[in-house]
Amino acid sequence: MTYVSTALAALADPTRRAIFEQLGDGPRSVGAIARGLPISRPAVSQHLKQLKEAGLVSDHADGTRRIYRIDPAGLGALRQWLDRFWDDALAAFKAEADAETDREAEE
Amino acid sequence: MTQTITPAPIRRSVEVKVPPARAFEIFTASASRWWLKTHSISATKSPIKDVVIEPRSGGRWFERGEDGSECEWGKVLAWEPPSRLLLAWQINADFKYDPSLTTEVEIRFTPAANGTLVALEHRLIERMGERGVGMRDAFTRGWGLLLDSYAQHAN
Repeated sequence: MTYVSTALAALADPTRRAIFEQLGDGPRSVGAIARGLPISRPAVSQHLKQLKEAGLVSDHADGTRRIYRIDPAGLGALRQWLDRFWDDALAAFKAEADAETDREAEE
Repeated sequence: MTQTITPAPIRRSVEVKVPPARAFEIFTASASRWWLKTHSISATKSPIKDVVIEPRSGGRWFERGEDGSECEWGKVLAWEPPSRLLLAWQINADFKYDPSLTTEVEIRFTPAANGTLVALEHRLIERMGERGVGMRDAFTRGWGLLLDSYAQHAN
């Protein structure tokens, strides 16, 4: 299952695993996560970015803070696959529809 | 973990230069012409020759390989040209057809200034997490087990 591999790679790093485990207890701000770890806030942010790109966590704004939470049931990776799938599919659909318009314009 | 988080639907839209009726037709009847041939879920791994969306509510949605084999994707839940198409995506997280799973893909075709706005929503994807990869089981047993498993696969 190729879509899982990004998630696996993201969690291969022990620090990212530690961050992910913290989020397993509930949503947290970057600051709250950093307090429990021996690394800087920017470093935590960087790891969170990678977890987010792997579809494992999601975030939302709460005032000036960003709150991170785990995407449920590992669906993040699947969702990422579906996102890309529909991006590709709709782009191909648009190309086909527009090609038809262009052909008609030439006729 | 006791909280339940529902994933947001996947939403995408594109604008095309043809009117809604034609856009609907290209999306459905001409699916074979634009559907990505690489996105096959067929067990025989035969490249996709046709993608068929039968033009009626209750119709089938399936791929036909170059070897003639057919592989179901789901079915047509609502056939409402030129404005709306509702498909049941019944492919699970293992990329296998599963008739007991229904996620919905709704496509709306709305007139736009220079053609049609085609808006797609793939929803109820959380249902995929309830079967298939077994991740839900891993979660109920605790994050530790899941993470160990992740780590093993990753290392």
